Amino acid sequence: MVKCMFSLTVVIVLSLLAFVGAETAGFKAQFLFGIAIPYAALLIFVIGVLNRVIGWARSPVPFAIPTTAGQQKSLPWIKPANIDNPSTTGGVFVRMFLEVFLFRSLFRNTKTQLSEGPKISFNLEIFLWLAALAFHASFFTVLARHLRLFTEPVPFVIQMLEKVDGMMQVGAPGIMLSGFVLLAAVSYLLIRRIIIPQVKYISLTQDYFPLFLIIGIAASGILMRHIFKIDVIGAKQLAMGLVTFHPVIPEGIGGIFYVHIFFVSVLLAYFPFSKLMHMGGIFMSPTRNLPGNTRAFRHVNPWNYPVHTHTYEEYEDDFREKMIDAGLPVEKE
Amino acid sequence: MSDLPKNNNELIEKIDYNPSQKGWMDTPTEIRKGMYCYASNPKSVEYIGLPNARQWNPLDDDWKLPANWKEIVHNAFKERLDRFRSFKVFMDICVRCGACADKCHFFIGTGDPKNMPVLRAELLRSVYRNDFTTAGKIFGKVAGARELTLDVLKEWWYYFFQCTECRRCSVFCPYGIDTAEITIMAREIFNLLGLNIDWIATPSANCYRTGNHLGIQPHAYKEMIEFFVDDIEEKTGVVVEPSFNKKGADILFITPSGDVFADPGTYTAMGYLMLFHYLKEQGLNITWSTYASEGGNFGFFTSHEMMKRLNAKMYAEAKRLGVKWILGGECGHMWRVITQYMETMNGPADFLQNPVSPITGTKFENANSTKMVHISEFTADLIYHGKLKLDKSRNDNQIVTFHDSCNPSRGMGMFEEPRYVIKNTCNRFYEMPSNTIKEQTFCCGSGSGLNAGEDMELRMCGGLPRANAVKHVHDKFGVNMLATICAIDRAALPALMNYWVPGVDVTGVTELVANALIMPGEKERTVNLRDEPLPGMEE
Repeated sequence: MVKCMFSLTVVIVLSLLAFVGAETAGFKAQFLFGIAIPYAALLIFVIGVLNRVIGWARSPVPFAIPTTAGQQKSLPWIKPANIDNPSTTGGVFVRMFLEVFLFRSLFRNTKTQLSEGPKISFNLEIFLWLAALAFHASFFTVLARHLRLFTEPVPFVIQMLEKVDGMMQVGAPGIMLSGFVLLAAVSYLLIRRIIIPQVKYISLTQDYFPLFLIIGIAASGILMRHIFKIDVIGAKQLAMGLVTFHPVIPEGIGGIFYVHIFFVSVLLAYFPFSKLMHMGGIFMSPTRNLPGNTRAFRHVNPWNYPVHTHTYEEYEDDFREKMIDAGLPVEKE
Repeated sequence: MSDLPKNNNELIEKIDYNPSQKGWMDTPTEIRKGMYCYASNPKSVEYIGLPNARQWNPLDDDWKLPANWKEIVHNAFKERLDRFRSFKVFMDICVRCGACADKCHFFIGTGDPKNMPVLRAELLRSVYRNDFTTAGKIFGKVAGARELTLDVLKEWWYYFFQCTECRRCSVFCPYGIDTAEITIMAREIFNLLGLNIDWIATPSANCYRTGNHLGIQPHAYKEMIEFFVDDIEEKTGVVVEPSFNKKGADILFITPSGDVFADPGTYTAMGYLMLFHYLKEQGLNITWSTYASEGGNFGFFTSHEMMKRLNAKMYAEAKRLGVKWILGGECGHMWRVITQYMETMNGPADFLQNPVSPITGTKFENANSTKMVHISEFTADLIYHGKLKLDKSRNDNQIVTFHDSCNPSRGMGMFEEPRYVIKNTCNRFYEMPSNTIKEQTFCCGSGSGLNAGEDMELRMCGGLPRANAVKHVHDKFGVNMLATICAIDRAALPALMNYWVPGVDVTGVTELVANALIMPGEKERTVNLRDEPLPGMEE
């Protein structure tokens, strides 16, 4: 619980910092939170992520070790599992696509139970998969929707996305589903981390921190839109200023906006140093991104080196007499 | 032998899936009797030229480590991060979602939270963060980092020898993080400090010297097989004539030596002999080798290098004998090594030919590079083409289920071939529940070199999920025979069955084939290879 409360405290302190700063310290603080920190965060994000991915790529893949989760391609009359044990690049592509976009492996999740008998049973546990998918999909939608603030004119795709997202047509401004789904999903992920004993046991401070941060981002966003109803034109001015490298600080967008943008900046800067890098890592996981065709095509290890072996000649030297007595053929009589 | 409770309920009662409130880093690890294997014999360590050969005891405070052991670990860690993308990525990207937590047979069977795959990996990751990441260096324990101490090393040793490298967790991980890979790295590091277990080091040394794990010398190997020849004659009236180290054979046959040595593997070995004899007339020219007399590879449980050193014999012998291709027997990790490591390490096998069945003409195109075919593929192809005369009813006393072995499942993907063979040799076959077979199969609990006697409690705990699924079909369908294509399974599962599901025996798939096989010139068969009366022959 200490780790959880610590993370929560850090996020609260961060929000107060931005809110109080922007509300009381005026232009200087607004410049800091609205322009300087976002630029710095983005820079850290880009360089940090590249650095991390290049770091992984520098280490070779000496052996092809896909997890073969289905029938191999062998005899022509046995149906191979083209996705779970792909033998072609196309199959790997589909497998990776399903992993990245639908979390196929997580979908297999079960809950193990031990009951009287003893009887061990495995029950479908779909909520982790569901929440994870809802979380990632809604986060992506929210992000994409935000492109409205960074583009002029707003691309058609984004406008369409907004229409779909806002199809509930409740209130004014209309409710965007994605924001609420995001908040609900991320809250579920946090709650399960606290109440499932095993997950709580393995959780570290860095598991709670991004959850609280994202809850903060979603909540501040929803508050801005529905409660504080901040000046959207001003927000767009600031956003456009950032992307066109002519940053401006418009008047009166309010402290809550600076909390929101500060949270996002912290998330960006934190990203490359954290487990959030799983976003890049999943593409580089050798158990998923290689075809299971290593018996048909040789995989090359760049650092393969010669080793000492016990050669047949040495073996025969050790056992020649016994081999001859037993009638086994030998090279040297 | 450990003091395994006679009443298996005592083990069940100990299982609690709710970890304590105290954090895992603050929970010291106690190396407990029955849960670990004995330290390696220094002679074996010395023989294969590994460092720090000495007598030591895991229960002692002093492990007699080299003075600079921390430096050795740090450098070895770094070297492996630089050499294996898998290791580096797996150290970095775990989000601790917990999906793997209750997928490990050791966690399910012990309830020990450090047996959750994620936590097993965190044992290493915590030190990785401390030594190699910015966040860990700055924030220390807040960032989940901890320093490497002797207690940490002992904890590593204890828990990385409670992982059988079965890869079940990697099926469920959304990023494919494979604990087997992490365990392999940890064990490599242990070997640099002289911290292997004897059940791995001595078979490795034996294999290096004599060609097989059991240390059977060439003449004795031949004698043991000749003993099977006599046995087969007694039961079938047919005299089979195996050849050894024969130059000019078309095919080299390599199988785990365990099957030459101990029941019930011996019946599988007899099965090979009968099958090969049966096919001789049809043009099979195959030889056994005393030099490459081991399919298994306990080097795989030592280090990549040791794996390569032991595996090298297969291609070397194939080259020396001038065969066209290699046929491999029923073995688990042997097939992971062959599938995912052999040719990368010891290839290219360009001196061999693309494997073609001399009986059916089938080209085994899936093995065009390694040039090594699995006996179940080979047999399934024979049956499919109607090349074997089989009397399924001879196996009618066997109510069979099939245990998918970890490595052929998750390191190869061989599911249907052995099933096809079983269904064509047995009338009574029942599957275990779907969450316990194929890619979700449960380990026997004794793989990766843990099938010793002194860790029997660990083995019985780890094997519980497998045994429990067998019990399910035993109770429901009366299953009395557990078929498998792994020699460690054949060695380990009888004890497991005896403990959790008495009344279930263990068999290799080729044994079932041999019992059903109608040999030309055979006498009236009244008993199976185990000397049990065939159905209708009971009197």
